[in-house]
Amino acid sequence: MEWSALVQYVLTGITQGAIYALLAVGFNLVYSATGIINFAQGEFVMLGGMLAVTCYSFLHLPLWLSAILPIGVVMLVGAGIHQLAIRPLRHAHLVTLIMATVGLSVALRGLAKVLWGADSYPLPAFSNVDPVALAGASVDPQSLWVMGVAAVTGTALTLFFRYSLTGRAMTACAARPLAACLAGIRVERMNMWAFALAGGVGAIAGAVLAPIALPSFDVGTSLALKGFCAAILGGIGNNAGALLGGLLVGLLESLGAGYISSGYKDAIAFLVLLIVLVLRPQGLLNVTMRRDES
Amino acid sequence: MSRGWGLVLFAVAALAFGLLVRGPYYLNIAVFICIHGLVALGLGLLMGGAGQISLGHAGFYGLGAYASAILTTRWGVNPWLAMGLGALATGLVAALVGMPTLRLRGHYLAMGTLGLGAIIQIVFNQADQITEGPSGITAIPYLSIAGLPLSTDHRFFFLVWPLLLGAMLLGGNLLDSRLGRALRALGENEGAAAAAGVDVPRAKLAVFVLSAVFASVAGSLYAHYLTYVSPSPFGFAFSIQLLVMVILGGEKSLWGPLVGAGVLTVLHQVLAGAAHQFPFFDGLETVAYGVILVLFLIFRPQGLAAPLRKPVSTSPPGPFPGAEREPVPQASSPAAEIAALPSDGSEPAAPGVKP
Repeated sequence: MEWSALVQYVLTGITQGAIYALLAVGFNLVYSATGIINFAQGEFVMLGGMLAVTCYSFLHLPLWLSAILPIGVVMLVGAGIHQLAIRPLRHAHLVTLIMATVGLSVALRGLAKVLWGADSYPLPAFSNVDPVALAGASVDPQSLWVMGVAAVTGTALTLFFRYSLTGRAMTACAARPLAACLAGIRVERMNMWAFALAGGVGAIAGAVLAPIALPSFDVGTSLALKGFCAAILGGIGNNAGALLGGLLVGLLESLGAGYISSGYKDAIAFLVLLIVLVLRPQGLLNVTMRRDES
Repeated sequence: MSRGWGLVLFAVAALAFGLLVRGPYYLNIAVFICIHGLVALGLGLLMGGAGQISLGHAGFYGLGAYASAILTTRWGVNPWLAMGLGALATGLVAALVGMPTLRLRGHYLAMGTLGLGAIIQIVFNQADQITEGPSGITAIPYLSIAGLPLSTDHRFFFLVWPLLLGAMLLGGNLLDSRLGRALRALGENEGAAAAAGVDVPRAKLAVFVLSAVFASVAGSLYAHYLTYVSPSPFGFAFSIQLLVMVILGGEKSLWGPLVGAGVLTVLHQVLAGAAHQFPFFDGLETVAYGVILVLFLIFRPQGLAAPLRKPVSTSPPGPFPGAEREPVPQASSPAAEIAALPSDGSEPAAPGVKP
């Protein structure tokens, strides 16, 4: 076994894992607030990447602005989805709501295909420097961006939920919607914020991933499935778990592709998902099942 | 009563169509409506009956198709036997995934089936020693009845619609049976159903396995009809299409999934035709599926086909159209009905009595 190869696989795994962790955080945001598994989360990432490319290549905006602008746009998309499709269904069964997000994800994917066609578009790396050598392997600077952005986003969200009034109100809604409502918190508005934030986190992931994996209209599904595996693995609703789950899925996938079979690489995450569902459905970090939906 | 007449009407219409229409184009669409209808019927039983969603039904459909393809081309197994073996294997796979996930409350089945469906398609693509990989398996033999190979659209149509009719009869009887009542009860309120003595995980598992078997048989039919299978039709996209079919038609009625399958299959044909001339129609088709799904959930949750029999419980008029979908459990809900009714005509059911 080559030492440098192992380091390379681990680095790739951590980079990919950071993206999955961001997706898992997006799933958690919506799930904690509403109990909904938001199947459009992957499309948020796809939109983030596609919009960044559009801003840069077609509108000729500076790269930093092209990466930041989509965040606001996709936050609006998230909020709009909540207002147009989720809010009217707020008295419906949870299954109905989950299916509505499936519908929205399909519609967004189709819309992206109409707007951008079936091509993938490149985005230049954020820093124009040479790969860094580390223990015989080379670290792509964009990988460092991915890890850094994921860490900053995770920290920012943690601080937001702990210290800001809106964040604390959202936490209250997630814990006990009725009690929060009685305390004067506008639950529907907080739910809208949850969707908007999920959109924002998705767009961040999409923009930072774009230089590594070229975005095209259909990248959302597989990313969402992997991010979802990460969320379940860590324990859905648990953000520390999302990080752990994301890194585990990323590492298993990368090591599996390196040492077992690259063709079955994508199956590894799903196999892990099935095993976790059988052995520990509450996830690695959650002690008990948080929600008891029927 | 009304269901019986509906089935007779369906049989007459299908018979007339089969006798009058000769064009292979229309017969081909009709065959696909029946095949899709069979999968959607099974999914509808799961969704309407047990209130669970499967996001991997395309995988079960694919398992049936590949089981038939592999068994008949590699080992020369009789096509009918291959269809049965495929259904058996698919049922086992479904049971393996369903058993742990259906014991939990919530939507773990959706996640489990999602993962399973993804794995199944990856295996179809990668295990090229057995499945020939992305290029697929060709020269699958036709099904034959008494030495007559079902090699034309016309002959095949006369196989699929009676099969679909039989499946609908089976589904209808299932809904009327003790299991059906148990399912309707747990679909409304699991706790109440469990308290009334319904073995909730077992009832859910039964209908899930049945719906997987329906999908598998439909997959076998697909394989023997086209005589060619490749991995691409059995992915996540088709699982979503199936979901749209069921929601569009209405999951609470037996006819709903068939109506949905009909509309979507025709829509697909029309849009695919348009996509030849205008490439962006390809994306519009996907948009249409998503928008139809959301609009129907919001504005017509009961689907196109109104339920043939009125639900046992009536919900008070809610402030939102979506509220009609899930009737508020009342004293007259099936769960309470089960608790109140004698279990097999003699003694009153006590809590804890297995269905």
